[in-house]
Formats: sequence, structure tokens, C-alpha cells
Amino acid sequence: MMSQKFTSPILQATNLNLYYGTKKVVKNLNMKIGKKTVTAMIGPSGCGKSTILRSFNRMNDFIDTFSHEGEILFEGSDIYKSKIDVTEFRRRIGMVFQKPNPFSSSIAKNITWGPKINGYKGDLNELVETSLRKAALWDEVKDKLNDSGLALSGGQQQRLCIARAIAMDPEVILMDEPCSALDPASTLAIEDLIHDLKQQYTIVIVTHNMQQAARVSEYTAFMYNGDLVEYGPTTKLFSTPDEKLTRDYIVGRFG
Amino acid sequence: MTSQLWAKISPWQRWRERMVIRGLAFTAMVSIFTTVGIIFILGEESFQFFSQVSLKEFLFNTRWAPLFEPRSFGIWPLINGTLIIAIGAIIFALPVGLGIAIYTSEYATGWWQKVLKPVLEILAGIPSVVYGFFALTQVTPFLQKIFPNIEVFNALSASIVIAIMILPTIASICDDSLRAIPKTVRDGAYALGTRKSEVTLHIVVPAALSGILASFILAFSRAIGETMAVTLAAGATPQLTANPLVGVQAMTAYIAQVSMGDVAHGTVEYQSIFAVGLVLFLMTLAMNLLSQFIVKRYARKYE
Ligand SMILES: Nc1ncnc2c1ncn2[C@@H]1O[C@H](COP(=O)(O)OP(=O)(O)OP(=O)(O)O)[C@@H](O)[C@H]1O
Ligand SMILES: [Mg+2]
Repeated sequence: MMSQKFTSPILQATNLNLYYGTKKVVKNLNMKIGKKTVTAMIGPSGCGKSTILRSFNRMNDFIDTFSHEGEILFEGSDIYKSKIDVTEFRRRIGMVFQKPNPFSSSIAKNITWGPKINGYKGDLNELVETSLRKAALWDEVKDKLNDSGLALSGGQQQRLCIARAIAMDPEVILMDEPCSALDPASTLAIEDLIHDLKQQYTIVIVTHNMQQAARVSEYTAFMYNGDLVEYGPTTKLFSTPDEKLTRDYIVGRFG
Repeated sequence: MTSQLWAKISPWQRWRERMVIRGLAFTAMVSIFTTVGIIFILGEESFQFFSQVSLKEFLFNTRWAPLFEPRSFGIWPLINGTLIIAIGAIIFALPVGLGIAIYTSEYATGWWQKVLKPVLEILAGIPSVVYGFFALTQVTPFLQKIFPNIEVFNALSASIVIAIMILPTIASICDDSLRAIPKTVRDGAYALGTRKSEVTLHIVVPAALSGILASFILAFSRAIGETMAVTLAAGATPQLTANPLVGVQAMTAYIAQVSMGDVAHGTVEYQSIFAVGLVLFLMTLAMNLLSQFIVKRYARKYE
């Protein structure tokens, strides 16, 4: 297995096993994610991509049967250590989900709620505008900031969710198939957005769309059946993969 | 060849199919005819009533004294009685019911989860006459310790037992509507670095608002229609008052009182219960329409 060597990774999984009940769904994962990179995770359905992503911000804590072995370091410290305040830590790692999930409140409140709860002291109106601008949604919604977030189209809702994540000023943004429920135009808008965001944020994106992985990411990880099969620069992985399994997958021979 | 394997559809099967459809249509008709019949009789008797008592007197007189001379037929004291009890009941039941629902849907696990639902179902199954009796023999004596000058028949006692009666309705509808908020929405909230109470109170409860309002209105209209408990606990003194510590007469209690008495058919007293019934019917109808409107207006569904 080829792996990526970042000298000061922002996230690092070491000998990580992830379980639901007794079923091991991620096996001995060793993976480093570099600061301000875009990393795509690809692989057939059920291979464990979401499980890994959701362990990076401990969203798996909500699943009773979930357990882990090994460690995940974020900025060098183990996120599963009991000392860590999960809530405080999640603030620093944003997440965008497969299905857009805006709150039923207004567009503006969708963005200000998280920061307010977390004691943000800056100007909230300004925060709404900058976050929406970064999410490339400002022009479409600036005249209806008080409308419900649910009144937007699917693509706009997803960008609102990205704006909501950005407003927390996270260091990492995890995206789990953020475009799978969207039309091609909205998908393109979000891919453009990822291009802009990588200046400031570390992004990990799960996708089933090989072209999308190739378009947006600098590094790609290919998972198969709980194993990290290959991980390296996207151009390399898509043009001259080391593993036969990777090649078979990217040419669409299975999965 | 294969066609021989399949029996022809017999005339008997066709006939049976037709009879099933007719049978079902008949049951549907029964409900429609009953409704129409009841509304017709309400209207008919009320019409008789209003040919003797003017609508002006009914709506603008402030005294209700149909059984004693000098008679007067101002409906407001009865509406007052009904509303003061129902509003009181809602004031007690809504926060508690919502609290229970939040607890059962968001927090309760294991033992509590197993115990709370059945307990609420038992509450819902207790006959209302028992509640009335309970109000009279337990709640009122207890209230007398707190408010020494409370009357034996009083609105507060009725409000309290009706609150208990409508609690399961509120709790169960609120619980359903809270559970209907998808997990993904909660995930989205947690991912912003927030705590459970914040997610529950700021995100989940507002998202379930339409269901919460619907439960409120349904419970209110049940409280308005409740008879046994208000008759036993609140008394039979129609009066205009905002004081929950005195006796009042609710619309239902008046109807029960006259129905059980020996009032002759065709008299104005007899007809008055239909007029009161009509008002009660219009109020509950209005509540039901309002709840449908609210559900439509506020329900921005997550699909
Ligand atoms: N809550 C859960 N309880 C038990 N097993 C689960 C749970 N969630 C996922 N799994 C199992 O864990 C394995 C990995 O699931 P995961 O969701 O991580 O896959 P994935 O790679 O994201 O797939 P997809 O591409 O379909 O989203 C699957 O076999 C799945 O059935
Ligand atoms: Mg997944």
C-alpha cells in the first residue's frame, strides 16, 4: 500500500479499527491528511468511507454499537481521549452531509446559530454575508435572508449547509457525498466552491463520482472492503495506479 | 395450453366483488348520514329556539338563566365557563405535555422509555367520570388548603383534571412530531459543536412546531367538549368571571344538566340545549379548521 507522507498532518489515523457491534468495517487504517489539501475518498458502497469520515469528528458517538481501536490524531492530539471536550472539538471540524439538512429557521439563523451558541463575539450580519459569499450563495439569497432555509432549492440548501459549516471557521471540512442529491449545475457550483475553499481549509470529500474526485482533489484514497488499498496524489492514482484493484475500480470494472 | 391451468373468473367472484364494494360504500354512507342528520337536528331545534329568543338577546345579553324567572338567554356566561376551564387546562397541560414529549423522544432510554408510554396510555384510558369524581374528592380539598376561600365547585379544579386528561394527547402528538424530525438535521446541528439541550430546544422543537401547535389545538378542542369532569367539578353557576376559584357552568355542563332534568320536549329550555350545542359545534369546527390551516401554513416538511 502506498501512503502519503505529510510531515505535519492535520489528521492522522494510526492502526485504526472501526466496529459496529462485532463487525469490523474499517481495518487497520493508517492515513495522514495534510493541511489545506483536498482529499477524496472513493470506493464501492459499504467499504467504510462514511464510517471513517464520521469518526474524524466523532459523529459516530451517536451510534450505540460503534466502537474503535487505535487512534486518530487531530493537530497531534488524540480525539478519542476522554480529556477532550467533544463539543468544543467538533466546532473545529465542519461537516457537510449527503442530504442537505438546513434548519427550519431563516437562512440567516441557519448561519448564526452555531457561532452564537459557541460564543462568537463578532458582527453576526457580517458573518452571514461573508459565509454566504464564500459558499457562493450570497447573490441568490441576499434579499431573502429571513426566508426559511427549507424554502431553497436542493443545491442552494447544500450551499447553505456549507456556509453554515464555514461560519464556524473550522480547520477541516468533511463532506460526505455532498453532491449526490444535486443536479449537474449545482454540482458544478459546489465543485467550484471546493476549489476556492482549499486556500483556507482542509477538505476531505467522499464521492462516488470518479470525475468529481479527479476534478476537485489533490489526493485520493481508494478504499475497498474496509481496507485502504491505495492513497496518493490524484493524478498519479487515476493515471498509473499501483494496485490492480484500484485500476479495475476506476475504469468501472466493479463497484 | 397454459390457459387451461387457470380457472375462469366465475360469476360468483364478480358478484362477491360488487357486494364488497357496496358494503364498504354503505358503511361510508352511514357516517355521512349520521353527520348530516345530527347537523340537521341541531339546526332545526336551534331554529325553533331562535324563533322564540332573538339572536340579539342570545349574543348580547350577559346573563344566562333559562330555568328561572325572569329568564334570559345570553350565551356568554356559558362560553366564559367553557373557556376559562379549557384555557386553564391548556396552561397546565401544554408545558408538561411538551416536556414529557421532549423527554420521551430525545432523552429517555431503557426503563423510562418502557414505563412512560404505558403510563400515559393508562391516563388516556381512565373514564372521564372518574376524573370528575377525582376533582371533587381529591383536587378541590387539596386546593382548599392553598386557597381557603375557594368554592366547592370551581373552575380551577376542573382545569387541573382536564389537564391530566389531555396530557396524553399532547404528549403523544408532540412526541410523534419530534421523532419525525430526521436524524440528519440533528447531525447537522451537532456537527457545529453544540450540545444536546441546545440542539433539542433550538433546532428540533422549532422544526416540530406545526405538530406541537396541532396537538395544542386538538387538546383544546377536547377540553372544550369535555363534559363529565366539568359538570362534577365546576358546578352549575353560569357567570361572567375571570376568577378560576369560583364555580362556573360550561356549555357542556349546561347541556348535561338540562338533558338529565325533566324538561318537556318542545319548550324553549329544551330547545336551548340545541342552540348551545350548535355554538359548541361551531367552536370545535373552527378549532379543527384552524389546526388544519396551521399544519399547512407551518409545515415545511423535511422529506
Ligand atoms: N449504524 C450502523 N450500524 C451497523 N452497521 C453499519 C452502520 N452504518 C454502516 N454500517 C455498515 O458498515 C459498513 C460501512 O458503511 P459505510 O456507511 O461507512 O460505507 P460507505 O463506504 O460510506 O458506503 P456508501 O458509499 O454506500 O455510503 C457497511 O457494511 C454498513 O452496512
Ligand atoms: Mg457513505
